[in-house]
Amino acid sequence: MTEVLSAPLVVEFPFTRSLGPVQSAFLTGLRERTVLGVRTGDDRVLVPPVEYDPVTSAELRELVEVGATGTVTTWAWNPDPGRNQPLSTPFAWVLVRLDGADTAMLHALDAAGPDAVSTGMRVRIRWAAERIGAITDIACFEPDDGTGQRDRAATAHTGEFTDPVTGIVAPARLDYVYSPGRAQTRYLAALADRKMIGERCPSCRKVYIPPRGACPTCGVATEEQVEVGPGGTITTFCIVNIKARGLDIEVPYVYAHIALDGADLALHGRIGGLPYDQVRMGMRVEPVWSEDGGFPDHYRPTGEPDADYDTYKEMV
Amino acid sequence: MRDVAIVAFAQSKHARSTAEVSEVELLMPVLHEALDQVELKASDIGFTCSGSSDYLAGRAFSFTMALDGVGAWPPISESHVEMDGAWALYEAWVKILTGEADTALVYSYGKSSPGDVREVLTRQLDPYYVAPLWPDPVALAALQARALIDAGHTSEPELAGVAARSRAAARDNPYAQLTSVRDGGEYVVQPLRRQDCPPVGDGAAAIVLAAGDTARRLCARPAWIRGLDHRIEAHSLGVRDLTDSPSTRLAAERAGLFDAPVDTAELHAPFTSQEVVLRRALRLGDEVTVNPSGGPLAANPMMAAGLIRLGEAAARIHRGDSDRAVAHATSGPCLQQNLVAVLEGDVK
Ligand SMILES: [Zn+2]
Repeated sequence: MTEVLSAPLVVEFPFTRSLGPVQSAFLTGLRERTVLGVRTGDDRVLVPPVEYDPVTSAELRELVEVGATGTVTTWAWNPDPGRNQPLSTPFAWVLVRLDGADTAMLHALDAAGPDAVSTGMRVRIRWAAERIGAITDIACFEPDDGTGQRDRAATAHTGEFTDPVTGIVAPARLDYVYSPGRAQTRYLAALADRKMIGERCPSCRKVYIPPRGACPTCGVATEEQVEVGPGGTITTFCIVNIKARGLDIEVPYVYAHIALDGADLALHGRIGGLPYDQVRMGMRVEPVWSEDGGFPDHYRPTGEPDADYDTYKEMV
Repeated sequence: MRDVAIVAFAQSKHARSTAEVSEVELLMPVLHEALDQVELKASDIGFTCSGSSDYLAGRAFSFTMALDGVGAWPPISESHVEMDGAWALYEAWVKILTGEADTALVYSYGKSSPGDVREVLTRQLDPYYVAPLWPDPVALAALQARALIDAGHTSEPELAGVAARSRAAARDNPYAQLTSVRDGGEYVVQPLRRQDCPPVGDGAAAIVLAAGDTARRLCARPAWIRGLDHRIEAHSLGVRDLTDSPSTRLAAERAGLFDAPVDTAELHAPFTSQEVVLRRALRLGDEVTVNPSGGPLAANPMMAAGLIRLGEAAARIHRGDSDRAVAHATSGPCLQQNLVAVLEGDVK
């Protein structure tokens, strides 16, 4: 059979998130080289701070400042940093309990090698040169040579800064290789030869196009391939009045469901070759192939008499 | 309360990549096999529930395509969780307990092969403080492993023993993806070596649940669900004691695990170090057979590996190899969410 197709698929999204009062103070503080925590009802200091106590779920608002030095509570050596991770050279992932805090925060530790890292070691924040109010304002941690302030107690802080950060934009990109599977590969391969191939359900005998390998009614595999069309009937349609970005089609145009001859499921396509206000249900159409092949660019009227409603009403 | 049992279980042969099939093509044979075991048709099923994740496929609402494999016309009673299928089973169990259905089909699937699953899973983390650093699941599990070693609960050689035992057990499991370890595999993230980590792969699983007499009619020895509970830890890793799993212990308590001994445990511990945490939380002694299937160290299809733990434990009861078993499923970093089920066969 045809080799299964695959193609790169990139998903990119810049998530814009608003911050509550506690997260806003913490991230603005990082911009100003100040680390804030939040004090709980039982006098524990959580860093990074959260708005609700993870144990009692009581609301937390009492901000405190803690040190920029701390102690490693656990670590893991990462010999092969990923493209988005804080350092491009091998580094240690660490949980660090900052001086004055009772909980630990996750970050990266820049160290010479795994032998230079240990639980209990003293570390300090290395600030990013440019800071915007994000967790990455901490470029990483680095071993503390002892000149940093030690065992600093948490001190009260208003959490107020000029020009506070109220939101973050978190960009993300994930790369995939998409494979459509056997049935859709067969369909796409046939399109390259300007053929429309559906698949028949062995149980209910209906022909599905585009085929996805399963009959959605019977839940069984579809294997038998059936050439359908090229002629078809418009079962229903709509008039598109808004131009899609990056799509070079003049509005208004008609988008329709088309029941290809021999198929039991309508597929959709654009209707061209006549004014938009002359398209009607029952109109007979045929595909106009894109110049480099591979897919029908649109469908145009064949000039045949309209199909009788009873012949396509099951597919409306 | 009604008695509810697992009466059928099927899974795919898990593989590093199944690019030749779409999700529905991967899933459909598994669904048919589970239904055939109890001679039911899809139209006989009272409730259908599935688990999967769009982030694995990189497409929105990807589960709707897989629905074609169930035969969703005429309309069926159906639901979906964006989680491991073990949580879909929980929803189906509740549906049967409340009398809304007598039978349920639960299935889940995951294809990790299209993307980089270590990168994909960073997107489930705290988006403000953690996700921007892109720590992958191996890194987070390694922090947990180091904490366990520092606390004296395990050692690197002991972890290697867990890996060797799991992969050796998987030689009797025709569905397993990985059945051997290479000695002294290199560190992926120290202290975790290649052998301490689960294989990345694609797979699917399906389970049929039935109530009372229906279960007795469909299955010679139903695996009765005596208790089922799930609990969650605090969101932030730094506030947790990573050497312990209080959520697992609480779920086990509520599921009745500690009321009587079990002979079998199927644990969803993707990393060797997590088996150490779970054995302690579930108070499992050496007399309990842990992961005779090889567990997730032998095959860890995302979104299905937890459901498979319930299925493997039930299948041992069906075969008469177990009388009382515990099955566990997890989700999130460092055992963040945990589900525990206690299964029993009728006295032989
Ligand atoms: Zn059919």
